[in-house]
Amino acid sequence: MAVLSSSLPPVLRRKRRRERARTLAFLSPWLVGFGVFFAYPLVSTVYFSFMRYDGFAPPTFTGLKNWDYVLTKYPFFWQGLGNTLWLVAVMVTLRVAFGLGIGLLITKVRTGAGFFRTAFYLPYLAPPVAATMAFAFLLNPGTGPVNHLLGELGLPQPGWFTDPAWSKPALTLLAMWGVGDLMVIFMAALLDVPREQYEAAELDGAGSWQKFRYVTFPNITPIVLFAVVTGVIQTMQYYTQAIVAGKVASGVIGGSGQQFEPGYPHGSTWTLPQMVYSLGFQRFDTGSACVVAVILFALSMAFTSLLLRRRAGFLNEE
Amino acid sequence: MTTITAPARAARATAAPAIRRRALLNWVAVHSLAVAAALFFLLPFVFVFLTSVMSDQQALTSELWPHEWRWGNYAQVWRTPGFLTWWRNTLLYAGLGTLLVVVSSVPVAYALAKFRFRGRNLALMAVISMMMLPPQVTVIPMYLFWAKQLHLTGSLWPLIIPMAFGDAFTVFLLRQFLLTIPKEYVEAARIDGCGELRTLLRVVLPMARPAIAAVALFQFFYCWNDYFGPQIYSSENEGAWTLSYGLESFKGAHHTNWNLTMAATLLVMAPVIVLFFFAQKAFIEGVTLTGVKG
Repeated sequence: MAVLSSSLPPVLRRKRRRERARTLAFLSPWLVGFGVFFAYPLVSTVYFSFMRYDGFAPPTFTGLKNWDYVLTKYPFFWQGLGNTLWLVAVMVTLRVAFGLGIGLLITKVRTGAGFFRTAFYLPYLAPPVAATMAFAFLLNPGTGPVNHLLGELGLPQPGWFTDPAWSKPALTLLAMWGVGDLMVIFMAALLDVPREQYEAAELDGAGSWQKFRYVTFPNITPIVLFAVVTGVIQTMQYYTQAIVAGKVASGVIGGSGQQFEPGYPHGSTWTLPQMVYSLGFQRFDTGSACVVAVILFALSMAFTSLLLRRRAGFLNEE
Repeated sequence: MTTITAPARAARATAAPAIRRRALLNWVAVHSLAVAAALFFLLPFVFVFLTSVMSDQQALTSELWPHEWRWGNYAQVWRTPGFLTWWRNTLLYAGLGTLLVVVSSVPVAYALAKFRFRGRNLALMAVISMMMLPPQVTVIPMYLFWAKQLHLTGSLWPLIIPMAFGDAFTVFLLRQFLLTIPKEYVEAARIDGCGELRTLLRVVLPMARPAIAAVALFQFFYCWNDYFGPQIYSSENEGAWTLSYGLESFKGAHHTNWNLTMAATLLVMAPVIVLFFFAQKAFIEGVTLTGVKG
């Protein structure tokens, strides 16, 4: 390129320089943002993962000590990674399956479609803290309406957010309640499936399941993949609902001098992002917090590259 | 709301009774399922509302229907010290944040969609990586930066200032939309002697209005809902708390009062839901844009 442009006539060369300046001007807000809020802190995080630093005394180099501490001595690392992977596997799968089901249902509704679509979508809009508070109340084992109703029906009444066996399923239920975004995406994809393919399948005598299996699903596979991968990336960042549910269910809420150790009950809702918070901002062990942050980054980027490979279309020309 | 099309009606009239019965059964099955699903999605709101108007005592029982309707609970929440400040802070964060993000992201998205330059694909990859980055990965150096270099923690500034430097998700969505605007429009404007800025402001922006409305709404909701940012940067000063952060400590202050807590919860949900009813179309278009186009 450089060789080429120097052999151009001066008028064109000036034009090219002007174009480059213009591009830079348009990109400048983001270029600054990229440097200050992405590149710089990312490099610093890696740097701090090799330093001993409590936020006050100057940092000192400790080599791989923090890494060794987090991976082999810190008692909660593997539990947090396990919980994160549990949520990725179960929450994402159920959310996508349920979102697809609700999407299919809404395309079949003939009467009151507008009402149903709005009803299915609304919970997605509820602010996560408010939604979690509402669920902590609804699923409250003693007085919550859900266990009340389960009792009336003669069904078992789980401890939900207070029982380590039920806390992650309770969070999953909350995530499924907010499935409206996936419903809209699936609905749009389902409406794009060519009608003729269904007609052809019907002529061949396909039943509803066969039509779904051989016509609907192949047509929406890219959207299902998109939903899975973005779901995985979101779940890697899962934070607010887990920490708020733990705080409300345990009754320990900041402000009264008690410090809430995330993960209640018994570390069952403890995830990688909360580990960064707890190590860095509650224990002032900046180095170890950065080790977890680097691991979180590596995992997220691995999933992102999967998304990029799948959706190479992102980079295409118009 | 009958949405049965003319041909469907005609087919129904002439179809054999067996087929008609099957269609009816199908209708009943679909709509029963829809009602069941609607109960799952709406009942939580109903229970939260019913509890929010109960008396303190009744909210501690498992009864579902209020004995007496205490609308005063809402007034009491409203008068709770701090509640108004949290509203003001949240509006400031969400309002200013949205404005700054849109103004700074539009030119970036335009350049990525319509300019040809070396490193464009690289820049786009960088935008996508930034979009996927969990905020916890960079939070420690960022906190140190705001706390030690700029001494701004305990205020809303660490939340608002970054918005002036473009937001990856907004840039990405806007670019996806701008790609769908035929380049003939842009070229025609250029031939007519418009500078790039004029082309963007006069030709492209009016066409991109729905996409801009969608990303502005997304950004507003993002700020309104943000919990991690306020917890890290502004929680040390009660005067800088936002609704998300304050709501949780509200439960702490009103330890056993589920009625007041649920009233506060509904008050935090309400603006988002009201805004949705006003801007439903923009919002749904935005969600579709994330998933389908691209």
